[in-house]
Amino acid sequence: MITEKTITDFIYREADLLDTMQWQAWLDLFHPEGRYWMPLEWQQQDPVLQPSLMYEDLLLMKVRIERLAGERTFSQKPKSRCHHLLQAPQILACDPAAGIFRAKTSYIYTETRGDALERFSGWASHDLVRVGDDLKIRLKRIDLVNFDAPFGNIQLFM
Amino acid sequence: MARYGKDARAIGGLVRDAEVHRDVYVDPEIFELEMEHLFPNSWIYVGHASQLLKPGDFITATVGRQPVVASRHTDGSIHLFYNRCPHKGVKIASEPCGNTGKFFRCPYHAWSFKTDGSLLAIPLKKGYEGTGFTDTQANDGLSRIRNVVVYRDFIFARLSENGIGFEDYFGESLSTIDNMVDRSPEGKLAVMAAPIRYMHTCNWKMLVENQTDTCHPMVAHESSAGTAIKVWQREQGDSKETPMAVQLYGPFMSPYEFYEQSGIRIWPNGHGHTGVANSIHSNYSDVEGYLDQMIATYGEKRAHEILGEVRHNTVYFPNIMVKGAVQILRNFIPIAVDRTLVESWVYRLVGAPDKLYERALMYNRFINAPTSIVGHDDLEMYERAQEGLKTNGNQWVNLRRLYESDEEPDVTAVINGTSERQMRNQFHAWAKFMTMDMDQPGEAAE
Repeated sequence: MITEKTITDFIYREADLLDTMQWQAWLDLFHPEGRYWMPLEWQQQDPVLQPSLMYEDLLLMKVRIERLAGERTFSQKPKSRCHHLLQAPQILACDPAAGIFRAKTSYIYTETRGDALERFSGWASHDLVRVGDDLKIRLKRIDLVNFDAPFGNIQLFM
Repeated sequence: MARYGKDARAIGGLVRDAEVHRDVYVDPEIFELEMEHLFPNSWIYVGHASQLLKPGDFITATVGRQPVVASRHTDGSIHLFYNRCPHKGVKIASEPCGNTGKFFRCPYHAWSFKTDGSLLAIPLKKGYEGTGFTDTQANDGLSRIRNVVVYRDFIFARLSENGIGFEDYFGESLSTIDNMVDRSPEGKLAVMAAPIRYMHTCNWKMLVENQTDTCHPMVAHESSAGTAIKVWQREQGDSKETPMAVQLYGPFMSPYEFYEQSGIRIWPNGHGHTGVANSIHSNYSDVEGYLDQMIATYGEKRAHEILGEVRHNTVYFPNIMVKGAVQILRNFIPIAVDRTLVESWVYRLVGAPDKLYERALMYNRFINAPTSIVGHDDLEMYERAQEGLKTNGNQWVNLRRLYESDEEPDVTAVINGTSERQMRNQFHAWAKFMTMDMDQPGEAAE
């Protein structure tokens, strides 16, 4: 039985996998048709015909993850690390009968590399689906509070 | 410590035939001189007329480091002003774009200006009677930039009152903008959204040079494009169609021979482009219905001519790059000697299928975003160069690849695509536009 606590635990675990750089385990949380989306507009509706910072399927996420470990990935020498500080997720839908599970989580994200540290704030929205006994990510959406500001490199996942 | 001042000889000495001194990238005084001379003497991209559709529409921008505002006047004309109230200097427009209605109103003391910049009203006007106000620059309203050209909806400005004309400055290089506009079945482009913005901690010229550097993709982007190819080969299974994403990343790994034969064309005044014979944009899938639309507008022959021109990167000196085949313009905005804001715009081909706009947006976020793995590869190189150039062991940057001792400046030529000649071309133009309003060597001590 999927409860609100199942969703919350899932979101905490997802962030922990990113922070501990267990990339493959993190990828395994996605549904085969899952997407990772980082819009570039306020309350953006369309990921395809409006500009986004990221809108990636599993193939593209695999490319990113494999690149991080590449021998000639010079922007990862030294390597980046990240830290997610999450507020308790707000459950927007938990309807096992309809198979709808959605939550919104306010976060502060830190990415460091060498002596540099960058900090970002925003909201992560999770659209989850049940596959067997597990929840899988159909869509993870990252809305930065200052999506319209110019950033330096963001190399890991928020 | 001022070492260069207005000394045209000292500045010219930073640019040798096939080397440049590192001070052009790391010396704050040189950066100040660029803002004072190079940018005002050159034609700089401000924005696109599709951002100014209705009277009262405005956009803000910077030319060099100076804030400007462009507006659509009630009579339909486009005007450009310095973005400051003539009273106390307050910026009259603070947003990237908007509509100001019939007039601009300064938020500080309510001085107001027509959308052609002229002074409309000042509260308590009689307080200025007999003060000599009418003899001041403030009486003229917003300070206008008179040298503005709107070329096929692309708005360019030259801040210097006197200098080279628009046509002389750009010449045949305008053919890349022509090709991009012609790719619309209606002959029209439209800005639909804000650009992707990406802050670079490096000198702006490193980005400009990289646009025609064809010996770096297969090295620096092995990590991104190379990995994309590798993962796709492993994961593709029975798929027959290469996904759009892999089509966009893949060509970055083309071998040296590909770039050698695809060629570079250089033009006078520092402009030039890669991808003459063909380019990394040549082999994208056809988009259903598009060719028919193009033939309906232009006829069979002309339509194929337009679509057969797949230039890679066109540098418009000093600081933009245009990609006609994917409708992208990158604006390398100088902030400081070691800080550059890159704004990458996508234009929609008016009347063309959605799929083409989708592809242009995808290309832009794949290559030009702070979240772009290709961008990460490049920025790492620029940052390392910005650091490395502080060393005193060797103070010169080497641009000698395929250099020939009889190279003429300011010519049109098509050359081997792995040449560094376009970079030499840019630096020749750099020295020219930096020093053209200084006393020239030999003239000074008359």
